[in-house]
Amino acid sequence: MGGHKLETFLLNSIIPIIFLGLSAGAIYLSGYSAAYVVQEVFTRLGRNLFLVLALIIPIMAGMGLNFGMVLGAMAGQIALIMVVDWAVIGLPGLLLASIMSVPLAIVFGILAGMVLNRAKGSEMVTSFILGFFAKGVYDLTVLFGMGSIIPVDNPELVLSRGFGIRNAVSLIDTRGALDQMIMLNIEMFGQPIQIPLGTYLVIALFGLLIVWFRRTKLGQDMRAVSQSMPVAQAAGINVDRTRLLAIVISTVLGAFGQLIYLQNMGTLSTYNSHDQAAMYAIAALLVGGASVTRATLVNAVVGVLLFHILFFSAPMAGKAMLGKAEIGEYFRVFIAYGVIAAALVLHAWRRRRSESIALKAAAQNLAARQAGESA
Amino acid sequence: MTGDDMTDDPGGLFRCEGISKAFGDTRVLTDVSFSVGRGEVVALVGENGAGKSTLMNICFGMPSIIETGGYSGQLYLDGQPVRFGSPKEALEAGIGMVHQEFSLIPGFTGTENILLNREPVNRSLLESVFGGRINALDRPRMEERAGTALSKLGVTLDQQTHVSQMPVGNKQFLEIAREIDRSRTRLLVLDEPTAVLAESEASILLEAIRKLAADGLGIIFISHRLREVMELCHKVVVLRDGHKVAEMPTRETSVRQIAAFMVHRDKEEAEEQRVAKDFSAAPTALSVRHLWVDMPGERVDDVNLEIRENEIFGLAGLAGQGKLGIPAGIMGLKPAGGEVDFYGQKLPLNDPRACLAAGLAFVSEDRRGVGLLLAESIQMNIGFTAMQLQKQFLKNYFLFATVDEAALEKNALKYIDELAIKCSGPLQKAGHLSGGNQQKVCLAKAFTLAPRLMFVSEPTRGIDVGAKALVLNALRRYNQELGTTVVVTSSELEELRSVCHRIAVINEGRVAGILPASAPLEHFGLLMSGEEVEPEASAPCGEAVPAEVGA
Repeated sequence: MGGHKLETFLLNSIIPIIFLGLSAGAIYLSGYSAAYVVQEVFTRLGRNLFLVLALIIPIMAGMGLNFGMVLGAMAGQIALIMVVDWAVIGLPGLLLASIMSVPLAIVFGILAGMVLNRAKGSEMVTSFILGFFAKGVYDLTVLFGMGSIIPVDNPELVLSRGFGIRNAVSLIDTRGALDQMIMLNIEMFGQPIQIPLGTYLVIALFGLLIVWFRRTKLGQDMRAVSQSMPVAQAAGINVDRTRLLAIVISTVLGAFGQLIYLQNMGTLSTYNSHDQAAMYAIAALLVGGASVTRATLVNAVVGVLLFHILFFSAPMAGKAMLGKAEIGEYFRVFIAYGVIAAALVLHAWRRRRSESIALKAAAQNLAARQAGESA
Repeated sequence: MTGDDMTDDPGGLFRCEGISKAFGDTRVLTDVSFSVGRGEVVALVGENGAGKSTLMNICFGMPSIIETGGYSGQLYLDGQPVRFGSPKEALEAGIGMVHQEFSLIPGFTGTENILLNREPVNRSLLESVFGGRINALDRPRMEERAGTALSKLGVTLDQQTHVSQMPVGNKQFLEIAREIDRSRTRLLVLDEPTAVLAESEASILLEAIRKLAADGLGIIFISHRLREVMELCHKVVVLRDGHKVAEMPTRETSVRQIAAFMVHRDKEEAEEQRVAKDFSAAPTALSVRHLWVDMPGERVDDVNLEIRENEIFGLAGLAGQGKLGIPAGIMGLKPAGGEVDFYGQKLPLNDPRACLAAGLAFVSEDRRGVGLLLAESIQMNIGFTAMQLQKQFLKNYFLFATVDEAALEKNALKYIDELAIKCSGPLQKAGHLSGGNQQKVCLAKAFTLAPRLMFVSEPTRGIDVGAKALVLNALRRYNQELGTTVVVTSSELEELRSVCHRIAVINEGRVAGILPASAPLEHFGLLMSGEEVEPEASAPCGEAVPAEVGA
């Protein structure tokens, strides 16, 4: 059995192990200084971790990777556009956007949850397509609805034709609102390093919230639903409502996550920013060793670290190796999709493997019983 | 009978009166009445299809009953008439039910399963905003309550272990503990609770049930193990074909008598062409040694059989005892182990193709699942396996082969005629046929292979009387004309007795005994109930149910 255990551990950590190697290689090839790497890591951790945390609760409820999180990102962006229009700036602006995004995200989450409850067993592919559909509706709303039906006047936002939002929105007034709240300046490798402690505090708070959430009745119900819907139903748990809540929570957290991401970036790419929000968050979570059915806070942190190290050093590594930065850029996109595909295949394969191990054990059991009886 | 005194007993806890139920035109329960007192353990016994499950589903308010038009008759709890619209209402009224299949969550601990959806919580202010589910679980109290429920059962087990790592016996205890934890539970229905348990586990369970009854719970105990019934229960109620045929205190009856009540049939349905033929001199066609099969719900533990050439051999037994697992295991459809020899040649297990190539064929009980290609024509279905394995119905060209439609059609027409398959023609889709005609197509497919030995599982399940006779006659004819050895698996004992030469009764994954088809019915009943039958003892299967047969 010991062999099985080691094998199982290695199998479960195969993706993080590979990424550790890839990241180390990419850093070496890129020739970035230690200080630069550390600074980038601190920045990207603050920028992306919250989005990754938003994925954990649907996994707890057995709904797999929530590609539908883009709906939350869109809710965050719509709220942010309105706040920019009203010229509420700085931290109050960010707070107002967060508050405004909540009702939007709840409505989107309920709609998505209702769809996913009708697609039990294929939540992932459904939420994926749902994301594309939502993108169309979002584009329509922002490109034609804003400035015409929804009042938006700020000429810096609205296209010159009078309605529709510009392709890029500068967030100069809210930029770093959270990051700058408590900025820790330290020195490392002889260089000044900035650590956005405010963002980290918010993330830590939500991390604790997830830990606490696991211990609530709702968290317990989600675990029960994820393992066996019929048993949970028979015990009187409202399965559909529990699943719906998981998606709503994920969508709201997705909105917050996108706001944190945007305040760090400093610009909103109106029609593209949300595109990769779910994809890269999912890839990062999987890189951290999570699976379709199991994800922890540690998976999230490790995943963001490894995935984003590779992400920012790949272009330079590509340039150093082949003379072209594009190669590295292609490489990182291909890695993001590749890791998701690999995780899905690994998941199916692992389940078959554990089934066959169980079957072998059952067979040995029977054989032992027979031997015992005939003796 | 004695039962009538019970209903007037002031201690009467639960009472069914004149319960009848029909699903469409099929009557499954007719005027069944019985009662359970406080602290009384009542056994409910009967063959498959006798109506036990339906009766219990009525008592528990299952949706399957309500959706099919409800029932007639009246239930009383504590003397008050009750009618449950859902299992939830039955639970709230104090009826607990432990089903045969486990409804536990494998990745949860014992405690978590016992208290599933009834977890105690630490209440907090958040509750008023987000509702009760936002409260954190009170883990220490959960452990305490689970411990209390288990100690009422009188068992000790590690309640913090995950269920997936527990032996089956413990799972059964968890299910019961879950019902015990509901403080309201006054009547506990246990459906075959010992079926999956080893003997030592079963005796602990029986002890636990006794303890619960001593605490004043009423218990309905459904079991096919009559010895346990005798040992544990105060009273036994026997159902047969939806009628209550006996209700008596266990101390006034015997295992033999109960078995006789269970399987007794009126004379005229039996006795049709029962063939007494001695095959002991014939060569062995199939020899099975220490076969085990991992088929969920029909597990086979250790089966040894010698089947002779040209005989029709029956596999009988109650549902879930493993009779269906035997052909599925030998034919390689379910993981299996052990040794199987076919005419002296070792048959590789877990390799369906090799079995078919060796001259075996299998008509599965799962017609729609593995038997038929529903979207294909009848002629294609009949010829398909022969085409794949024996290159029949193919026109060969130099590098490729095409399907010989004419030959397929000729073959199909032959069987449509012989088996009287009702269809618009050989090109009709198999999925459009009725159950009986689909079954005939499955048989035709097996006959086309011209097998030396044929397994047929539940050949008449779900088909009407006329079609039944045709199917059974077809089996008899192919057995006689072509010398095919046939192994029939069926839940219908009468059917087996009319067509087979010898019948093995399968009980708990093993062969309980092999009897000639002419053996008295009650002997089959005893074997199905885990009892033994001495070969020379032959009590007549009388018309008045034997009162004096009891030992």
